[in-house]
Amino acid sequence: MDTVSTGDIEKLLRVNELYINFYTYEGVVKAIDGVSFDIHPNETFALVGETGCGKSVTARAILRLIPTPPGKIEGGEILFNGVDLLKIPEKEMLEYRGKKISMIFQEPMTSLNPVFTVGDQLVETIALNQKVSKEEAYNIALKMLERVRIPDAENAMTKYPHEFSGGQRQRIVIAMALSCNPSLLIADEPTTALDVTVQAQIINLMNELQKNMGTSILLITHDLGVVAEMSDRVAVMYAGNIVELGTTSVIFEKRYHPYTQGLFNAIPVFGKGKQTRLEEIPGSVPNLLYPPPGCRFHPRCPHVMDICRKEKPELIELEPGHYVRCHLYR
Amino acid sequence: MSDVTYTAEAGDEILRVENLKKYFPILGGFFKRPVAYVRAVDDVSLSIRKKETFGLVGESGCGKTTLGRTVGRLIEPDSGRIIFKGMDITHISQKEFRGIRRHIQFVFQDPFASLNPRMTIKDIVGEPLVIHTNQSDSEIEDTVLELLEVVGLKKEHLYRYPHEFSGGQRQRINIARALALRPDFIVLDEPTSALDVSVQAQILNLLKDLQSEFNLTYLFISHDLSVVEYMSDTIGVMYLGKLVEVGEAESVIAETLHPYTKALFESIPIPDPKFRGKGAAIHGDVPSPINPPSGCRFHPRCPHAMDICRTEEPALKGDSSHLVACHLY
Repeated sequence: MDTVSTGDIEKLLRVNELYINFYTYEGVVKAIDGVSFDIHPNETFALVGETGCGKSVTARAILRLIPTPPGKIEGGEILFNGVDLLKIPEKEMLEYRGKKISMIFQEPMTSLNPVFTVGDQLVETIALNQKVSKEEAYNIALKMLERVRIPDAENAMTKYPHEFSGGQRQRIVIAMALSCNPSLLIADEPTTALDVTVQAQIINLMNELQKNMGTSILLITHDLGVVAEMSDRVAVMYAGNIVELGTTSVIFEKRYHPYTQGLFNAIPVFGKGKQTRLEEIPGSVPNLLYPPPGCRFHPRCPHVMDICRKEKPELIELEPGHYVRCHLYR
Repeated sequence: MSDVTYTAEAGDEILRVENLKKYFPILGGFFKRPVAYVRAVDDVSLSIRKKETFGLVGESGCGKTTLGRTVGRLIEPDSGRIIFKGMDITHISQKEFRGIRRHIQFVFQDPFASLNPRMTIKDIVGEPLVIHTNQSDSEIEDTVLELLEVVGLKKEHLYRYPHEFSGGQRQRINIARALALRPDFIVLDEPTSALDVSVQAQILNLLKDLQSEFNLTYLFISHDLSVVEYMSDTIGVMYLGKLVEVGEAESVIAETLHPYTKALFESIPIPDPKFRGKGAAIHGDVPSPINPPSGCRFHPRCPHAMDICRTEEPALKGDSSHLVACHLY
């Protein structure tokens, strides 16, 4: 099933039919159930969905950061510039992790070591990954801090992470992640821990750096507002499946999949005045130990048909570049 | 300082807070003496009308949670007055306060931390009844069953434990417990922040239904402006322990006055790519509430800062439907 191909546009990353299970005491959690997507050079691609939909697991699988056991990649390919990252030996992964592909996380404090200065950590990363001398690494680090607009960068190099605010820490982490000029930056909920005014600053910064450095971004988020601000294309995930994939403008305008529709109607939109009642999606996200048969959304779907209970729908290309996994559109 | 309070028409009011202050000491040195204070709530006055939802918004550390807890005496205020239904409850003893507490209930953010994992749902929801009423065990069971039905849970959930429920269901249990004593006033402290959006909509709608069914008044605390707009009749905006703007929801949103409120509203990412790239409205981070800036606390980040803002603290001014604390007005 070669579904999500984008024709002639060259691909930086291609995830193809990825299956990941977690083997726990309670049973097998079928976390990722055949996920496929491409990321083009110089674009921001968003994976959006609720807790437990598999967006973070997918992102971590790209860097082979799934703890094994309990996790296991059961099948599929992750092609980065044509190389299958799931097939190369662990040692070769070091050429990718942090160099060609880097990652930033939700809570910046977890990615910074509290007992070393920011300068030490930046210089170490740069010296290790780019094989340059300490002095050169220092200069690159300084430039990166200026680039992410840390005030008084030279002084900041001598400070410890706790001396910075949450927003500044996330800037430092971004500086670290981009210091090696990666082709792909995986950003896992990069603004979720931040206040809105600071979130707006970080979104701006990331958009600007993306434009200037030509890095592709894989953005993981649950916030449709952040998706609208940052991404070129979006994949909506539900319970381990991509249910809809397309350009941000088409998804926000048309919303074919009943889950996408439910998700959009469930969020209050600011500035709309006293709104009509929010629509609810009944029930809650299924336990992936026992995923529903057929379409995994069928127990909550308002348009459920007999076939939905039995057969998993395929991704169908409804418009060029726009895919939906739903029996309604067969 | 600010003598003007956001006032509702007299008689209509259920809760009134006057010049409330809560400073948390930071202990240090050999004798563990206070070396500094976190000014969590600094001279806040507000008034909440019966059956309305008062939405309190602000970024982390602005004091909104401290204010909410102080109102229910979960935290003792340092100075100021709390008047609930015409009665000054600021300094009455905890014993006396027990009779009042049944009218002021709380729902907290984390539905996992706020339920005792060793208690069944019946015991959790029934506990307030055991403490405050003389109902027999079978009466309590009947009341609990009624409450579970009201919040959308089922009879068979009665003898289950919290870990058997999803986040949204646990928040329903919390709401059932808060309703057990038929309170007039519920402080909702980020009740949906830990929930997914599809479940958040269920809980918000449930809260609205319960409000009209039981004539409840809500103090709704949240950092999510879209949620606050959806829920509130009145909105108060806090910044570093101060109430900077307060008024009728429509007025505050449509005719925003304070530069901080404007920045806050402009920073919300709109879920529509057509509105992309508005840019960041203000720079910098929220300063520490330990040594807040002099004068107007927002002046270091304010695009309209004037000389007076650095020295003089602005008081809340305006007509009773919309007040703002800013030297521009």
